[in-house]
Amino acid sequence: MNKTNKLTIRTPEGITFSLFPASPVIRLLAYSIDFLIIITLNMFVSKIISILSIFSQDLAQAFSILIFFAISIAYTILIEWIWNGQTVGKKIMKIRVVDKNGLNLRFSQIVIRNLLRFIDAFPAFYLLGGISSLISSKSQRLGDIAANTVVIWNRNVKEPNFEKLFSGKYNSLREYPHLIARLRQKVSPEEADIALRAIMRRDGLNPSSRVEIFNVISQHFKKITEFDEETLEGISDEQYVRNIADVLYNT
Amino acid sequence: MIIDLDKFIEEENIFWEELEKVLRISDAEPGHKMSLEELKRFHYLYERTSAGLARISTFSAKQELREYLESLVARAFANIHENRRSKTKFSPFKWFFHTFPTTFRKYIKAFTIALLIISAGAIFGGGAVYFDTDAKQVIMPFEGLKKSPTERVKKEESSKGTHLENRKSSFASHLMANNIRVSIFVLALGMTFGVGTVLVLFINGIYLGAVMADYIMAGQTKFLAGWLLPHGSIEIPAIIIAGQAGLLLGSALIGWETPVPLGDRLRKIGGDLTTLIFGVAVLLVWAGIIESFFSQYHEPVISYSFKIVFGFFQLTLLVLLLSISGRGKQQI
Repeated sequence: MNKTNKLTIRTPEGITFSLFPASPVIRLLAYSIDFLIIITLNMFVSKIISILSIFSQDLAQAFSILIFFAISIAYTILIEWIWNGQTVGKKIMKIRVVDKNGLNLRFSQIVIRNLLRFIDAFPAFYLLGGISSLISSKSQRLGDIAANTVVIWNRNVKEPNFEKLFSGKYNSLREYPHLIARLRQKVSPEEADIALRAIMRRDGLNPSSRVEIFNVISQHFKKITEFDEETLEGISDEQYVRNIADVLYNT
Repeated sequence: MIIDLDKFIEEENIFWEELEKVLRISDAEPGHKMSLEELKRFHYLYERTSAGLARISTFSAKQELREYLESLVARAFANIHENRRSKTKFSPFKWFFHTFPTTFRKYIKAFTIALLIISAGAIFGGGAVYFDTDAKQVIMPFEGLKKSPTERVKKEESSKGTHLENRKSSFASHLMANNIRVSIFVLALGMTFGVGTVLVLFINGIYLGAVMADYIMAGQTKFLAGWLLPHGSIEIPAIIIAGQAGLLLGSALIGWETPVPLGDRLRKIGGDLTTLIFGVAVLLVWAGIIESFFSQYHEPVISYSFKIVFGFFQLTLLVLLLSISGRGKQQI
């Protein structure tokens, strides 16, 4: 786990990958959805059970108490077990419960994290669990700590199509392969990512902000590697950033 | 360092897409079973993608490609390194008569401590009522218990069990749900390093001791035994077992004199906590039925002697279950 709130897993094969803990607010929204489902389910079942009252009011009430209790406890346990750490609310919010080591959940982990909601909800409105999530570096509530689980973003990243983004345009920087090599050496993945994201989001920016943002980014890259003035002549800041991203991402 | 990234992507993309397809099926159908050949292929795709991720990690650009491969590897990793037990047929009978008592005995020390705490509470509560009769009004948890025991006995005996007429089932359900809720809370309070569990056990002990002292002092010992033993012989041990689970959780958090990291300590007891709390739930369902359909009937409907014998018989069976059942057999 590093300071950027990222859970880094190292596999037995020596590969590392990152999981990103979901924020407490998103988790609260997911639980709110599940809570609504539990209430709806209970209302629906109560309606069906009320038919029993024709035979016995006592029996109908008994079933109603037991089923309400069973649904409110078993819903999250069963659904998380069947859907590998997801409930309806979690699916909608694109989050998932996983073992702290990135593995699938064992049944006992699901039971413990859900039963310990009793203490997380204490004294009211998930106060204790909320505080624990905010303090914990992995956004874990008490139930997660006891069960060794983490709620993460269920990332399903699609392969980016870089060729489409840069295709068909002449890039004057490509005339200088030695400078491009130096640029690739000096630019960090995060810096390259900033250039790429700026290009991808350019249509969403208003004209004055766009000019300002591309100016800042281009000035930054110009400091890293200096191309001669003739090469950059007549190229706008935006085009310069586009050319930089092109040579960084398209080899 | 990858020399020709484009060529690498072109060559590997087909495998990444195939892995993504397998993962999509696995996500859509969690119960989907692969054949041996499919499993081998899945493993190959995972290893190949992992190797690709390792290579791309050394390359400064293509941040999004790395994220894509990381997401594939992360999803495949959870499926490849399956940590769930193999799906053997679950037998409730074996679980209740073997796994549950075996787990209980494994942590007998925690149970003994929980028993001592509730007993200390009972002595305190009993002593308070014995030495200060005014304490009863403060200690008793329910309004009904604040009244004179003699009057209550007279009233309930004259009602001949009709006071629960047409609400026995709902009363039983209410008892089951409430007691199981309390037990889960006792377990969950283990997260306060066991302090909360100790307090709840002690407080429940106070209630129990106060009620017992009140009835004994009023000369209603036989009624008390006949009323409490049939369901209490199961319900009280069940609450103490929940306390045992809470103390177990608390001690795992504290981790006295052990070099094992917190995560591993909690992982080690996870399955046992689940077994204990499910065992408690089963006991409390039974106790709820007995309390509603049997304990609430008094003389002349059912003789107190019979109820007391029944209570002791149940307690003996429970002691036998927890102390002997499942001994000498291989753990499930």
